[in-house]
Amino acid sequence: MTDYVIRRLLIAIPSLLGISLILFTVLALAPGDPFSELATNPNIPPEVRANLREKFGLDDPILVRYLRWLAAMAQGDWGFSFASRVNVDTLILQRVPTTLFVIGSSQLLALAIALPVGIFAATRPYSVFDQIANTLAFIGFSLPTFFTGLLLILIFSIKLDWLPFVYRADIAETGWRWYWEHLRQAIMPILVLGLFQAASYTRYVRSAVLDVVRLDYVTTARAKGLSEPVVTLRHVARNALIPVVTLVALQMPAVFGGAIVTEQIFRIPGIGSLLINAMLANDTPVVMAVTFVFACLVVFFNLLADVLYGWLDPRISFR
Amino acid sequence: MHEDKLRSLISAVKDGQMSRRSFIGRMAAAGFTAPMAGMLLAQGGVAFAQTQPAYKPSKAGGGGPLKLLFWQAVTLINPHFATGTKDQNGSRVFYEPLAGWDKDGNLIPFLAAEIPSRENGGLSPDGATVTWKLKRDVKWHDGQPFTADDVVFNWEYAVDPATAATTSGSYTGLQSVEKVDDHTVRLVFKQPTPFWADPFVGVVGMIIPKHVFGEYKGAKSREAPANLKPIGTGPYRFVDFKPGDILRGERNPTYHIPNQPHFDTIEIKGGGDAVSAARAVIQTGEFDYAWNMQVEDDVLKRMEAGGRGKVITVPSGDIEFIILNTTDPWTEIEGERSHAKSKHPTLTDPAVRQAINLLIDRDSVQRFIYGRGGTATANFVNAPEQFRSPNMKYEFNIDKANKILDEAGWKRGADGIREKDGKKLKYVFQTSINSPRQKTQAIIKQACQKAGIDLELKSVTATVFFSSDVANPDTYTKLYCDMQMYTTTQPQPDPERFLNQFVSWEVATKENKWQGRNISRYVDPQADEAYRAAQKELDPVKRAALFIKMNDIFCSANVILPVISRTRTAACSNTLVPNYSGWDADLWTLNSWYREA
Repeated sequence: MTDYVIRRLLIAIPSLLGISLILFTVLALAPGDPFSELATNPNIPPEVRANLREKFGLDDPILVRYLRWLAAMAQGDWGFSFASRVNVDTLILQRVPTTLFVIGSSQLLALAIALPVGIFAATRPYSVFDQIANTLAFIGFSLPTFFTGLLLILIFSIKLDWLPFVYRADIAETGWRWYWEHLRQAIMPILVLGLFQAASYTRYVRSAVLDVVRLDYVTTARAKGLSEPVVTLRHVARNALIPVVTLVALQMPAVFGGAIVTEQIFRIPGIGSLLINAMLANDTPVVMAVTFVFACLVVFFNLLADVLYGWLDPRISFR
Repeated sequence: MHEDKLRSLISAVKDGQMSRRSFIGRMAAAGFTAPMAGMLLAQGGVAFAQTQPAYKPSKAGGGGPLKLLFWQAVTLINPHFATGTKDQNGSRVFYEPLAGWDKDGNLIPFLAAEIPSRENGGLSPDGATVTWKLKRDVKWHDGQPFTADDVVFNWEYAVDPATAATTSGSYTGLQSVEKVDDHTVRLVFKQPTPFWADPFVGVVGMIIPKHVFGEYKGAKSREAPANLKPIGTGPYRFVDFKPGDILRGERNPTYHIPNQPHFDTIEIKGGGDAVSAARAVIQTGEFDYAWNMQVEDDVLKRMEAGGRGKVITVPSGDIEFIILNTTDPWTEIEGERSHAKSKHPTLTDPAVRQAINLLIDRDSVQRFIYGRGGTATANFVNAPEQFRSPNMKYEFNIDKANKILDEAGWKRGADGIREKDGKKLKYVFQTSINSPRQKTQAIIKQACQKAGIDLELKSVTATVFFSSDVANPDTYTKLYCDMQMYTTTQPQPDPERFLNQFVSWEVATKENKWQGRNISRYVDPQADEAYRAAQKELDPVKRAALFIKMNDIFCSANVILPVISRTRTAACSNTLVPNYSGWDADLWTLNSWYREA
């Protein structure tokens, strides 16, 4: 087991190096200039821009810049943003709590809906409940988040005037009002992300449970005279959830990426909005760092999923 | 009006009992023009145009929170590093320049005690020395006094190449900045400079404290802790800043203007898009003010109906215009297309250029596309008023264009496109991707079709179009097309730097990596001469005439076809009273913003 994890971690190093090289090259080849706003301003002579490019090392060959980046990264120096001249790790760390709060809550919400609904629907396939749940799930994952986000804003902020649609990470309130304001502003983004995820999870849970519910051991359990809730929760759900756990683990990095749109709509200062703004400003060090973090997350959660799988299902061995 | 009545009014203005504005209003009612009234005041001993913006509250504070929404978030708050207006506005909350520009292009003092002039001895007769008297009893947020040392330090800081300051261009024209006494600085320019009010003024002029930044001049500039925790002289003190997200401040109780500011806290939230920012101010009232409303006017009007906010506009120096390329964009000479020495096969004919100018329906472009966001114009320089040429007129007339082309010998071919000597009037018309621009392109293409000119429309992503990527053929400075449309900005109320786009030594070429400012590559010795003369001309009236001459040369040659003079647009709560200027940051008078009860 430990050997397996160590081996996987060692394999991850060359793949991360490869990813970083590709990312860096693509970003370096992409058109655009972090100082393009200065270019259209007649007040700023071209020398100023040339000087800035030179100071930030933008005129060196790509390979030189990559090796410099790699050497700094190896020492824990993530570089600094061209747009704000702040260290990139500071920028990312500032965004982590908000991202974790919003994404984490929406994942919890998704699971809280998907698990009971999926299991209940699968134990009564083709009942009215199952039909309704299926239809809603289908609608849920067909509607993109930017659409549901705008729809909710239109209804709850503009028509009804109940909820704010601009998310503020630091609210100048204390005590219960602070919690209340946080909740109010987070309801819509969490709903948008959570319902979207819940829809696809429901379908997975349902089909996984359906696979298991007809197996012989379930019939045996029923024959033993166990009550229906015990059969469903102890015997069916536990086995059915193994693929679901893998799926949730593999979804985590994708959720970070998928939140970019929602973060932009609700102005949530998360990692996704940091990435999109850095891209718009051609702020290469930030884009590089955030995408690299995403790459690391994908590699890490893959490993985690594999390890979890073996832990949940002892029939699978690591070699 | 009786003489003694007039005198008592003038002295009322002098004592501050009556505002300058209401005086001029009274005079206008009595048949005096505004400049005449201004002259009366000047002769009566009231300084010329140094009015502070109107401010009603009678005490500082008590205004509650002020919430602003910028759809591009503030990313840094050191004014010398600012790469765009978002950063300049963010810095302006905490820092102040010696003086700022109001919407008419007048100087309003902030950290200066008065505006230098010939009368008060601030300006030397040779135009090379400017003496600023600084306001006394101004304190930095940490209690230290603001002195001439700080001003001198800002010059040293900005011109040091290792600092990598984006403001350095405004300070390199200075020979030296000397401290005369604690509250007087003398600026010595390398040569006579008619436009002396650039260093230490407006968005490039915000002063940072020497005692805080002193150690961090040059290569260490990025390490200064105060880059993220500013200590300024401004109306609000620093509370919290998250780059790319939110900026917060609280009222500065020791602000140097009595009874100001009105609000207790300020918050600038960033991110999102312009349309939803407008919505948060105009429709839901979640925020008080949103900056840079680049939104179609129709959308804004719909929000305004029955909303809690309104749209405010102010003229600016930005001009949306078209370049007709007189060089050949399709043949490579010495490794570059559109080489300055090459000749365009058809656009070198003045008749063709004149016809195209007649085919731009500017009024429709304004009415249906830009709305309050711009005004149709025939001039390249539109503001301030004294620099706008009275000689240029625009016209939309397809028949006249057809007649001119017929007379010049351009005959319609079988496909309806005009040609002469086998050369067809077929052009590539390029601009950046931006919905109003694509609509304008379509309007012009339609009209040109009716006159037998075929336009191929091309749009380039803005990040590519406005980049300085030497390897990319689609940047705007390359001009690898026959016609090109974009906006150029005139950041100051003086067009000198702006008009270097019309001089021969600024032509964009491969040699200068296409960084030259003259992108049309059109050259006229008279324009060069006028520019050189204007750089030395100290008489403002003669100077304005020289700039107008340059404007007229390029516009009447139909090489530069101005389309829309853009206005700055912001969304503002119905109760908020801001002071908006097209020549300075949006927040230039943040100290005197207030909310009406």
